[in-house]
Amino acid sequence: MSAALDQFPAAAANPAASPRIDTPLIEIRDVRKEFGHVIALAGVSLTVRAGEVLCLLGDNGAGKSTLIKTLSGVHRPTSGSFMVDGKPAAFSGPRDALNAGIATVFQDLAMIPLMSVTRNFFMGREPTRGVWPFRRVDFKQCRDVTHAEMRRIGIDVRDPDQAVGTLSGGERQCVAIARAVYFGAKVLILDEPTSALGVAQTSMVLKYINLVKSRGLGVIFITHNVRHAYAVGDSFTVLNRGRTLGTYRKDEIAMDALQTLMAGGKELQDLSSELGGTV
Amino acid sequence: MSDFEPVSGNTNPEPGSVLAGTGTGTGSAPAAPSHGGAGLSARQVRLRATLQATGMLPVLIILAVGFHLLGGHRFLTAQNLSIVAQQASINCVLAAGMTFVILTGGIDLSVGSILAASAMGALIVSLLPDFSGLAIPVCLGIGAGIGALNGLLVAYAKLPPFIVTLGSLTAVRGLARLMGSDNTVFNPNLSYAWLGNDGLHILPGFAIPWLAIVAMVVIVLSWYVLRRTVLGVRIYAVGGNPAAARLAGINVPLILLFVYALSGALAGLGGVLSSARLYAANGLQLGQSYELDAIAAVILGGTSFVGGVGSIWGTLVGALIIAVLSNGLILVGVSDIWQFIVKGLVIIGAVALDRFRQGSGVRT
Repeated sequence: MSAALDQFPAAAANPAASPRIDTPLIEIRDVRKEFGHVIALAGVSLTVRAGEVLCLLGDNGAGKSTLIKTLSGVHRPTSGSFMVDGKPAAFSGPRDALNAGIATVFQDLAMIPLMSVTRNFFMGREPTRGVWPFRRVDFKQCRDVTHAEMRRIGIDVRDPDQAVGTLSGGERQCVAIARAVYFGAKVLILDEPTSALGVAQTSMVLKYINLVKSRGLGVIFITHNVRHAYAVGDSFTVLNRGRTLGTYRKDEIAMDALQTLMAGGKELQDLSSELGGTV
Repeated sequence: MSDFEPVSGNTNPEPGSVLAGTGTGTGSAPAAPSHGGAGLSARQVRLRATLQATGMLPVLIILAVGFHLLGGHRFLTAQNLSIVAQQASINCVLAAGMTFVILTGGIDLSVGSILAASAMGALIVSLLPDFSGLAIPVCLGIGAGIGALNGLLVAYAKLPPFIVTLGSLTAVRGLARLMGSDNTVFNPNLSYAWLGNDGLHILPGFAIPWLAIVAMVVIVLSWYVLRRTVLGVRIYAVGGNPAAARLAGINVPLILLFVYALSGALAGLGGVLSSARLYAANGLQLGQSYELDAIAAVILGGTSFVGGVGSIWGTLVGALIIAVLSNGLILVGVSDIWQFIVKGLVIIGAVALDRFRQGSGVRT
């Protein structure tokens, strides 16, 4: 129990959580995904390393959702190589991805609003005590752990039994991230965690992403907001029409160039100048 | 339901049988926060569910007192309350299974037909000289089997629960008639008839009907599963948001399969109880529209049709309300026709309550 509580701060020191730098946590090459005649991904490549935030940028319909669903085991890629820790991976469901240390925080599907913070925190991984048929959920441990984890990330949950629906959007994202970290994720996939949030809430989530990164996890941060990406990202992969347009390290590309690349280039620049440079 | 309940069914004095049932509801409702405190449901959700369960208790008491006064002081007598408890018990068992299904956001319309088919199976087996001891296992097995078929179609073929169970409502009714060649199967020496007609004699001249005991055991076990086990926690999660539950690694189809199979098995248990009571089963009449009573009990008890919110104690209170209505309306001398109208309006009122509750739920 105390070992479980200590897992979080120990993550950086834990050799399992920070493998050799030269082996990427996730490496995909030319991944394609087709739904019948619809080509959702037409060859995507990206690499995620420990202690790095990879920002995945793309406009609507670029294939971001399909890509993260492929990475999190919801879809199987039609073709292409998918390596986790240097070994080929084939997930048959979200559970497989979770077991491989890939945790995805979906924008709307991370939490069940009517359920308590504690229940959400342990959803799908409830600890038990007693022997069957008297095996029951260890609610005390659930609440103690949730309370401790919430305090650790600085969210004041007065009562771990309160419904997730009572938390703010930023807090919900942070709880979902804390859950993934607590359960030993090596790679976090964050699906537009900031898109529905205000300024203060956004900075709260970005700060937490930074913290997670410093603990040696790899993060894939999906967004269409270049500002948010630039604030925490180490490298940037731009998706357009199911393809990767390229991957740039932070020192290789400026924010404006990234914005232009993501929005498909020249047309937007023209539009931007038409609108007085406000886009 | 009343068609199968002789009014003078049980002569065992049974003081306060319904009140005992109500007492459980009252006792547990204020106790629910402490249960929930040990449990994990959100306080607001829990409070609302508790309010809902207790909110229906005054209705139950008012109905009981009202029928007592209107019915010439015959309602709140030991003998009548014992009958009410027996009338409530079969619906209670069906409604417990229905609670599991509705908590996942589904519905099971086929429980009445499953009850008939499994009771037919039990009676037929009980007449076989060498296998009569297998009547109850066969009955439960038929129920669980048909329920599992419903579950497979809902969980793995991804068909809408309403459509699947509407289909089996009709098909299984036909099966029940087929099993007895559309005749009533009768066994005057039914080995388990004590279950429907006797009681636990705890004092001389005082017995608790076995039917009521079985129903309470089912309710308590359901509470344990829903509130204490991993399975229960996941049933609530699946009802709250199936997509989120799936992404959290929960095997959603397996949970769905379980709840429909359980609902079928409990309908099979209802078949055991019905046939024990009647020494007979009839494929056409037995269990007609029982599914509506079960659904009404669950919804009256505060379980949301959308899934994810509700409690088994509420279902108990709901089932008692339905039984009190059925019994009281007969006692007061309301005609059969009006009984249908009143019960129908109660079901509509229950769904209206569900809507009202969701309206307040947005504020959490």
